Amino acid sequence: MGPLSVNEIISSGTNFFLAFIIGIGFGFVLEASGFSSSRKLAGVFYGYDTVVLKVFFTAAITAMLGLLFFSLFGWVDLSLVYVNPTYWHSAIAGGIIMGAGFITGGFCPGTSVCGAAIGKIDAMVFVGGLFLGIFFFGEGYPLWENFFKDGFSGFPRLNEVMGISQGVLVLLVVLMALAMFWVGEWAEKKFPREEY
Amino acid sequence: MKQNKYLNPYLGGVLLGLVLLSANFISGRGLGASGAFKSMVVKTVETVAPTHAENATFYKENIHEHPEGVMKSWLVFQVLGVIVGAFISGALAGRLTFKVEHSPKITSKRRLIFALIGGVLFGFGSQLGRGCTSGSALSGMAVLSLGGIVTMAAIFGTGYALAYIFRKNWI
Repeated sequence: MGPLSVNEIISSGTNFFLAFIIGIGFGFVLEASGFSSSRKLAGVFYGYDTVVLKVFFTAAITAMLGLLFFSLFGWVDLSLVYVNPTYWHSAIAGGIIMGAGFITGGFCPGTSVCGAAIGKIDAMVFVGGLFLGIFFFGEGYPLWENFFKDGFSGFPRLNEVMGISQGVLVLLVVLMALAMFWVGEWAEKKFPREEY
Repeated sequence: MKQNKYLNPYLGGVLLGLVLLSANFISGRGLGASGAFKSMVVKTVETVAPTHAENATFYKENIHEHPEGVMKSWLVFQVLGVIVGAFISGALAGRLTFKVEHSPKITSKRRLIFALIGGVLFGFGSQLGRGCTSGSALSGMAVLSLGGIVTMAAIFGTGYALAYIFRKNWI
C-alpha cells in the first residue's frame, strides 16, 4: 500500500497538495511546542529548558515505532521509503557547522520559519542568513565538491551496521530516549528557569 | 514548574512523530526545511543570473535534477505549509507580535548579529550535511539512517561543546 506516492496510488499533484497539509501540521506542532522561541530552543544546551530533547526524541521514537508496525502490518513497504545516504566526511563536518549555527543563532531552519511566521525578527534575520549560507555554499561549490562527495558508504540503516534486527534497535532507542527524558526532567529542576 | 500555554512536550512529540509518519506513509520521505531554501536560492540565481546558473555546477546540478522547475519540489510545498501552520498556532495562542527575542543581558543588536551568523552557518552546514535538523537528523533517525544519526550527534554534540563559550547570549 504505502508509500502512496511512490506506489502511484496518488498523483504527483495530490502529493504536492498533501506536502502542504503535512507542512501545516509540522509548523503547527513546532510552534505550539514552543519551537518558535530561540530561548526555549537554546535551553537544551544549558539544561534550563529541555523541550527540544523531549519533543525531538518523542517524535523520533513515535515515527520509528509507527514505521516498524506499518511495515509489520504490510501497510508500508520500507524498501520504498527514502533512507538518507551516509557520507561520513560531510555528515560530520556539516553537523559540526550546523551545531555552531544552532548555538549562535538559536534556531534551525524549520524552527526559524516558525519564529518568522509569528513575527520574531531574530528568526527573520536567521532566515536571511540561511539564504546567504546556501548561496556561499553554491558559489564556492567547486572548492568543496570533492569533500562533499567523499566517504560515501551507501544507504545503511544503523541496525544493519550493528547486525541486529530493526525491532531490537528501536527498543534500544526507546529505552535510551526514556533515560534522556529522565535526565531532562532532572536538569530542568536543577537549573533555574525564567519565563520568557 | 509554572503553567505555560505551550503544548505538553511529550504530546507535541507524539503529534510531530505522527506528522513525520504520515509524510513517510504518503510520500515515502521525511520532513525537511533546508531543501526548500536551497530551491529558493537556486531559483533566485537562475532568474537573476541565468548564464551563471547554467555554468556553476551547484545550480546546474539542481536545475537538472528538477526538469519541471526547482520550485516544483515537495519540500517547497511543505515549507509553505509550515508558515501557515505556525501562523495559525501563534494566532490561536496570542503570540503574533513583532519582536526581537533575546536574553535581558544582551542587546537586540547583538542578538540579531548572532542570528545572522547562525543562519549563515546553518545554511552552509545544511548543504554540506545534506539536510538540517528536520531532514537529516529527525527524519534520518526515524528511518534509522546511519548518516542521519551521525549528523544528529554532530549537531547536538557541537552545540554542547560550544555552549559554555556562548552562555552570555542565553543565560
